Amino acid sequence: MENHASKHTIAALVENKPGVLNRVASLFRRRNFNVDSLTVGRTHKGHISRMTIVVDAARTDARKIISNLVKLINVIDVKLVSSELHVSRDLALVKVRSDDAESRNGLTLLCERYPARIVDIGPEYAIVEITAQEDIVEGFIEEAAKIGIVELVRTGVVAMGRGTRILDTEYEPIIPVSANGNAHQVY
Amino acid sequence: MLLSGAEIIWECLLREGVDVVFGYPGGAILPTYDALSKYPQMHHVLVRHEQGACHMADGYARATGKVGVAIATSGPGATNLVTGIATSMMDSTPIVCITGQVPSPVIGTDAFQETDVTGITLPITKHNYLVGSIEELPYIIREAFYIARTGRPGPVLVDIPKDIQNKKIEFVYPEGEIRVPGYRPPSKATDKQVRDALELIQQAERPVILAGHGIIMSGASQELQELSERAQIPIALTLLGKGAVPENHPLVIGMMGMHGEAASNHAIQEADLLIALGMRFDDRVTGNLKTYSPHSRKIHVDIDPSEINKNVKVDVGIAGDLKTVIRQFLPGVKSGSHAAWLNRIRDWDEDSNERDIVNTYDGDKLFGALAINDLWKYTGGEAITVTDVGQHQMLEAQYYPHQRPATMITSGGLGTMGFGLPAAIGAKFGKPDEEVWAIVGDGGFQMTLCELATAMQEGIKVNIAIINNGFLGMVRQWQELFHESRYNATPMFSPDFCKLADAYGIPNMRVTSRDQIEEAVQFARSHETTVLIEFVVEKEEMVYPMVPAGADLHAMIRRPKPNER
Ligand SMILES: Cc1ncc(C[n+]2csc(CCOP(=O)(O)OP(=O)(O)O)c2C)c(N)n1
Repeated sequence: MENHASKHTIAALVENKPGVLNRVASLFRRRNFNVDSLTVGRTHKGHISRMTIVVDAARTDARKIISNLVKLINVIDVKLVSSELHVSRDLALVKVRSDDAESRNGLTLLCERYPARIVDIGPEYAIVEITAQEDIVEGFIEEAAKIGIVELVRTGVVAMGRGTRILDTEYEPIIPVSANGNAHQVY
Repeated sequence: MLLSGAEIIWECLLREGVDVVFGYPGGAILPTYDALSKYPQMHHVLVRHEQGACHMADGYARATGKVGVAIATSGPGATNLVTGIATSMMDSTPIVCITGQVPSPVIGTDAFQETDVTGITLPITKHNYLVGSIEELPYIIREAFYIARTGRPGPVLVDIPKDIQNKKIEFVYPEGEIRVPGYRPPSKATDKQVRDALELIQQAERPVILAGHGIIMSGASQELQELSERAQIPIALTLLGKGAVPENHPLVIGMMGMHGEAASNHAIQEADLLIALGMRFDDRVTGNLKTYSPHSRKIHVDIDPSEINKNVKVDVGIAGDLKTVIRQFLPGVKSGSHAAWLNRIRDWDEDSNERDIVNTYDGDKLFGALAINDLWKYTGGEAITVTDVGQHQMLEAQYYPHQRPATMITSGGLGTMGFGLPAAIGAKFGKPDEEVWAIVGDGGFQMTLCELATAMQEGIKVNIAIINNGFLGMVRQWQELFHESRYNATPMFSPDFCKLADAYGIPNMRVTSRDQIEEAVQFARSHETTVLIEFVVEKEEMVYPMVPAGADLHAMIRRPKPNER
């Protein structure tokens, strides 16, 4: 139910073919669109992937991005998810110092206050996983930094409209898939 | 029918109605050339440089509205197409480029003449394909043509590995509807958009229509003329919109923009309504965006939704096909008169005629403007003219009014020198019964003059007018105006163009004074082959008016009055 007025979140259904991510990235570079994060992954349909793109609303006109994305032939549908009720999540793996009692206690307390858990712990460092809204992840990182972050990776935001707001496509590929499974894949 | 990939390429092209292709062979495309002998109904034009193939396909497409086809081999063949593809992309012309690629198993190994052509052309094509299997080949070619010619047209490239050209399958042509899931060109306006637009049109006191290339590509000339006549709205044209309506029509107020007519630019700046139809508010037509047409409401109709509100914020933006949308407007357009406004424009026009156009130098000197104006006169204004880029291009736009759509062919968006001659050859292939003139500068002509040999080998007739001023004229003009006449790298040595023509067996004539021009046109017409006419013109001519890049549209530099020179 998040609504970040300062950020636009765009979801795009794209054909699952090599080069599609390249086309989208090339578009953003060419049109000088500033992107905060871009994630891509498969959907429950093998031939469809889904991207979530987050941009800074102050610097980038979401309509411009959408009308240009729609122009890409491999982009099937685009939606401004942040204009309606939606759920969004960002996942981070944070490697934090855990070499004394104070840091270990600090971490444990932090994980109680955030949707985070320790997924690996050793004598020197622990890895904490947090999955939450982007701003919550950021709050967590800020606090963890006080303990001492040595490594960090984030997936970038994924988002989905709530309730009956469904972004899907009926499209099925028409080109027969050849024996080596290559057809319609190697574009 | 068991066919090779190479044969499938030709089968698919024939089914698209293609009967001429422009190309150049090489290793990676050789199987396709080998299969050509089975298709005598297909005419292949051997160019002298792949850039020429692309421009020819482009010229063919612009003259006919059909998809032009260029073929090249992998690596250097494909990279030579790049300028032509970018030219086509910027001016939204439908072409399909077919390139050979190294065999699939060695892709990615830096094989001989391997280049990532789909990577290179990604940002300059409407779409491109690297064919992954012979099964998908016919689908891809069909899709490529469909995408190239529909919606906002553009170049599509199909890169085909050599092994796929050689492989064989049982060929069944994919009939039926083409389904490209992510491709839905808009078609028409909503009722609300029509109502909103009509309301603005109804209220306007000082309306101007801005007509662009889209009118020609959508075939909406009739509709545009009807709209303009019924509501008495004057029409300003973009460079690529020239000929969209007969330019001698009393409501046509001329070209707009950097070298547009003063009357058009003033009208745009003072208008209270702009109706932009199939144009994209390029910086060369708007000048400074902050001061552009400050008092007007704006209606923008374009086939490409991403053009709407891109450069200029509009009040009513409609993504749709122009012919369809104007037809939606027409029933609601009331007959109007804007007599005071039209008179106002007429006054600007007279002033402009006096200052910029008629007020060219007289005496016996041969100026490019006069050469082109005489060319207009002696060809009855009926020729298809294909220009190169520079002063002569702008002079053509100013001094050669066109009466029919698609009879002025020029590289507008990219401004590609070297476009003229090959595009003229392509246009002639598309319109063999028309008189085609390539109007080129001494600079741009030398970029692609190798295509003279193509014209002769093909026995095709284009008339070439070289406007030879001994300079890279347009750059020299900028140097004169903005760099205190420091003519660095613009004076230009040229070969004896007539002797050069002789070497190709091309009949030729040199014109050094105005009284030879009629004879030169007759001379050109009297030959069945390509003819070259060199106009030796004044070296330091200026194109006026001129809006300096980024300046306000009304802040034109005008031609000094006779007594001020
Ligand atoms: C391929 C390319 N290179 C450079 C330019 C920059 N340019 C624009 S106009 C011009 C001069 C053209 O000279 P010429 O062909 O002699 O025509 P003129 O202006 O004298 O009529 C140049 C160099 C260009 N448009 N295209």
